[in-house]
Formats: sequence, C-alpha cells, structure tokens
Amino acid sequence: MTTPPFVKLDGVAKRWNGQLGVEGITLDIPEGSFTALLGPSGCGKSTTLRLLAGLELPDEGKILIDDRDVTTSAASDRNLSMVFQSYALFPHLSVAENVMFGLKVRRVPKKERLEKLHRALEITGLLGLEDRKPGELSGGQRQRVALARAIVAGQRLCLMDEPLSNLDAKLRNAVRKDIKKLQRDLGITVVYVTHDQTEAMSMADTVVLMKDGHIQQVGAPEDLYSRPNNTFVAEFVGAPPMALLESGVLGGFGEGKTIGIRAENIQIVPKGDGRMRCTVTESEFLGAETLIGLDHAGTTGLCVLKPGLSMMAEGNEIDITFNDENLHVFDAAGQRLAG
Amino acid sequence: MSAHANLERRRQAIYGWLLLSPAAVLLTLFAFYPSVATLWSSMFSRGTRRKPTEFVGTENYSDLFADPTFWIVVKNNLLYAGITIPVSIFIALSMALWANGKIRARGFVRTAYFTPTVLPMIAAANLWLFFYTPGLGVLDQIGSLFGLPSVNWLGQPETALWAIIIVTIWKEAGFFMIFYLAALQTIPEDLKEAADIEGASRWTYTRRIVLPLLMPTTLFIAVNAMINSVKLIDHLFILTKGGPSDASKLILYYIWEMAFAFFDAPSAAAMTIMVIAVLGIVAAVQFFYLDKRTHYQ
Ligand SMILES: Nc1ncnc2c1ncn2[C@@H]1O[C@H](COP(=O)(O)OP(=O)(O)OP(=O)(O)O)[C@@H](O)[C@H]1O
Ligand SMILES: [Mg+2]
Repeated sequence: MTTPPFVKLDGVAKRWNGQLGVEGITLDIPEGSFTALLGPSGCGKSTTLRLLAGLELPDEGKILIDDRDVTTSAASDRNLSMVFQSYALFPHLSVAENVMFGLKVRRVPKKERLEKLHRALEITGLLGLEDRKPGELSGGQRQRVALARAIVAGQRLCLMDEPLSNLDAKLRNAVRKDIKKLQRDLGITVVYVTHDQTEAMSMADTVVLMKDGHIQQVGAPEDLYSRPNNTFVAEFVGAPPMALLESGVLGGFGEGKTIGIRAENIQIVPKGDGRMRCTVTESEFLGAETLIGLDHAGTTGLCVLKPGLSMMAEGNEIDITFNDENLHVFDAAGQRLAG
Repeated sequence: MSAHANLERRRQAIYGWLLLSPAAVLLTLFAFYPSVATLWSSMFSRGTRRKPTEFVGTENYSDLFADPTFWIVVKNNLLYAGITIPVSIFIALSMALWANGKIRARGFVRTAYFTPTVLPMIAAANLWLFFYTPGLGVLDQIGSLFGLPSVNWLGQPETALWAIIIVTIWKEAGFFMIFYLAALQTIPEDLKEAADIEGASRWTYTRRIVLPLLMPTTLFIAVNAMINSVKLIDHLFILTKGGPSDASKLILYYIWEMAFAFFDAPSAAAMTIMVIAVLGIVAAVQFFYLDKRTHYQ
C-alpha cells in the first residue's frame, strides 16, 4: 500500500475525569473502504466515532482525514456526514427539510438541492413521504431519513452509529444490503459502528474489534474468524463462538495455555475412538443443523454441529475428536501463539 | 357488539363529565359568574342617595370614551404592554440561552436571574424606590460620580412610565427565563451535534432549530406577559400611584381608583368588561393563529 490512508487515527485517547473512554486507538482506513467498529456495549465504539466526527476532542493522539490534521477542528470543518444512533432528526421539520438542511446551510442552489433530495429519497425508498414530520414515521422510516440526510451531502466520509439497531430482522437485512450497495456505488468511505457481529462480518472490508476502550484486533472478517488475536476475539466472533479448553485437558500442549476450537471442526466419533468424552447438555435446532452443547471439565462453550434435525438426549455421553491443525493456541494471558 | 360500544361510549362520557365538573364548578363560581355579574352591573347607573340605580344600557361605556383620562390610561397601557412583552421575552430568551450553555457558575447565574421572581412585587418596588429616589438613590449616586444632575425618575411625566416599565421587565424576565430553561432541557443534545456536522453555525442552529422548538413556550410566555401587562400593577402603589398627572397610570390601577377611590362601581365594571374583551380577543388570536405555526412535541 503506497497511497496514504484516507483516515488515520494515531494513539487517540479520551477520558472523562480520569475515567477511561478509549485509549491507544491507532487505525488506518483506506479510501472507499467499509470499516466496522465492533464490540460489546460500552467498549468505546461510539466514542471513537465521535472523536472522528469532532463531537469530542481527544486528550491524546492525532486524527488525520485526507492528509489534513483535524485533531482539533470543529465537526463542520471535517467534511463528513453522520448517522446517529438516535437518528437526531429535527422534529419540527419535514422529511424533505430534514434531508436538505445541510444543503441549505451550505447555500446549495435550490434547483440542485431539489435534485439531490429526489435522488436521496429515491435511493432510500422514501419518495412520497417528503412532507411528513419525523413523528409521523415508523422507526425504520426515520432511520432511512437519517441515512438520506447523511448521503445527500455527498461527503466522501460517512460515519454511522448503529444505524440498523431499531429495525426488525427482515428490514435490517434489506437495509444492510442497501447500505453496502450505496457505499460501493457512491465510492464513499464508511465507518460503521455495530455491536452485531453478523452485521460487521457481512458488510465490512475491515473489522475493528474493541473491548474496554482498547482495540483487540483489526483485520478482514475472515482473519478475525480464522486467526483470532486473543481469547476475547475468539469468543466474540462467530456463532457459535469458539470453545476454549484448558491445555491440561488435552495432552501435548503443556500447562497454563488455552486451546480454542470451533464447532465445525469437531466430529462425533464412536465411543472409544475420540480424544475427549463429553456429556450432552442441550440440543438446539437451528434449521439446517442442530447445535449440540457439550460439557467437560476444564472447557467452556464446547459444542458440535450435526446436519439436519438430530436432537440428542441430555446427559448422553459422546466421544469427540478434532485435528491439531484446527486448534488455536493462546498463552496464559490469552494472546495467540504462533501457528 | 354495538350495545357494548354504546355502553363504552356512555361510560367515557360519564368519566369526561366527572373529570370536568370540579374545574367547571370552580370556574363558574369564581370566573364566569363574576364576569356576567360585572357585565350586568356595567349597564346600570351609579346610585346616589337621591337617585337610585337604573338601567342605562351602554351609557357608562360612552361616558368612558368621552373621558380623556381613560384615553391617557389606554395609551399608557398600550405602551407599557408594547415594551414589556417583547423586551422581557427577548431578555428571558437571551438569558436562558446563555445560562443553558457551558458556562462557569451556571447554578449561580440561574439563581441570580431567578431572584426577582421570588421577591413579592411590593418588596421589589421598595427596592427600586431605593434606586430611583432623587439625591439618595443609587442611580443618582452613580450619576453624580460622572457629574450628571440629579433626576427625579419617578416624579416627572417623561420618565415615570419608563421607570415602571423597567421594574416590570426586571421582575418578569427571570420568571420567563425559567420556562425557557426548562424547554431548552428538552431539546436533545444530538440535534446540536447533527447540525454541527451539517455545517450549521451556532446562529443558524439557534434560528432554524432552537427557536422553532421553543415556539410553544414562547406562545405560553407571550400570553402570560400580555396578561401581566394588564395585571401587574402592585408596584404602581409604591412607586408613583399613577402619577405625576396620570403619566404612569395603567388601566387596572384606574379601575381600582374608579371603584375604591371615586366609588364609581359601574364605570369600573364597564372598564373591566372592556379589558376582559380585549384580552380574550388577543389571546384567541395568539392561540388560533400562532398555534397553527407551532410544532408541539
Ligand atoms: N459523556 C460521557 N461522560 C462520561 N463517560 C462517558 C461519556 N460518554 C461515554 N462514556 C463512557 O465511555 C465508555 C464508552 O462509551 P461508548 O458510548 O463509546 O460505548 P459504545 O461502545 O458505543 O456502547 P453501545 O454499544 O452501548 O452504544 C463507556 O464506559 C461510557 O460509560
Ligand atoms: Mg454507542
């Protein structure tokens, strides 16, 4: 990569009265990419996004957008748009006025304004609702108005804070595809906050996984899935999450380490042929397959997938096996060891 | 099915009346009945020992229209309302916007602004007497530092009404500010942030977002300020007693004088009816006209 990154955060930290918000955030975001900030509630995703937007000023570190140091610039000088977790629509303005607010502020001529409005409403499927007030819209429609307002300005960088959190599962899938398509078509750079890993994994080019104000891992979705940096990533990414075993349970790994294994890499074998003997704790039918939860001393989250509907009685004992090449080894502190 | 709906409707109606009746009874007793009684008595002549009261129709009204003092008082009151309403609203709004911002000693500023409201009007008037008194008053003391001559603010026709107006604004602005402050708290922080990101200046944000969202409050305050511009006359008793030569006399004070100093109850009643009518019309216009242009959350 010879081109400098479009957005660059360098050692950014933010604290409130000594209380940690985020710390040591270093991140390069190339132009035209889709980056997802992923993590559990309260891990600092919104804070990172707000620092990027200029709604909070960092205590440490530098922020560059398009090669310009914007660390202390006002939000309005950063040439970006944002979709808020809470929509932040102006309640007394109609859909059209809401969407055109920024254009009006920036003195775009009326004709151009209306053209852009029409296009933005068309893209977001809001045509015909121009004159409604936000209070007269459903949650999903409001979300799309917020989206329309963000894209109408034609900024190259768009920040989104959980824009789909208030939609039902079906609509969420649809809008997810729309956002992804929009981002590709317009060629904009999107930084997208979510706590939903399927959302992050399916949409993003790069996923940034955070915990307690720190970045845990940055990488392509498949990297996070197949080469988790540490046990937190291993347990956070994937459904079902990776099972963790104390190394003492298996022979040949020494003591004090943690071994990770994914459900799809575990096979059930006839009694006597397996590497471990476990007890069935639950069977969960997922549709195409059945998830069998297993229990064994020194393990957490151990489970195995069986095709189709194939429930097993609770308390049954079964033998399982797996290949060493599918194992992930973490040291005592939870960090990944080579391999 | 329809019988059930009918029963439901009747029950709703009973609830409605039950909820309505306490207010209706009290209003009838203390507002509607006195108003009607006043209207009635305004159409009778003033009774003297030799001439008993008799029905005179609109004669009391035409007498009033012919009374030059009445017109002076009306003019005074219009000026009083025309200045105190917009100025106190403007000051209240400015103070609220400022006290709502991220300033130091915010609690202190709010309390300081609110103090005049807590003070009874009579006490406030005495306080201002201390400002206005010629020679001894604070204003004169300050003036004399710069070699300005002593001014009898309350004692001369040119300044008396203005002195009264200033006291009223001082008293009202802090009270209205509290309403604006409360309304400002209900405007979510993220609207400001969204406007920031869209590139709106502070002024644009205030004009296009904050002021429209404060419209219901402004409407409420405007109606209150208008009522106060008729109602708030306590300080007249302390400061000027309507003088000198009626220069600071307001309608309600004149009504009080008519009724309890000149014992001309019918004229006072006639004037009261006119005040009620004017207030009613203005309030109706404010509500029906401005209401349509106001966004309620
Ligand atoms: N204005 C603030 N004052 C003090 N602490 C704050 C403030 N904003 C955020 N924090 C703290 O910073 C941490 C990160 O918050 P943030 O809003 O970034 O979480 P998040 O990852 O967006 O969570 P969620 O998924 O629930 O939205 C939290 O511990 C929060 O309590
Ligand atoms: Mg958040």
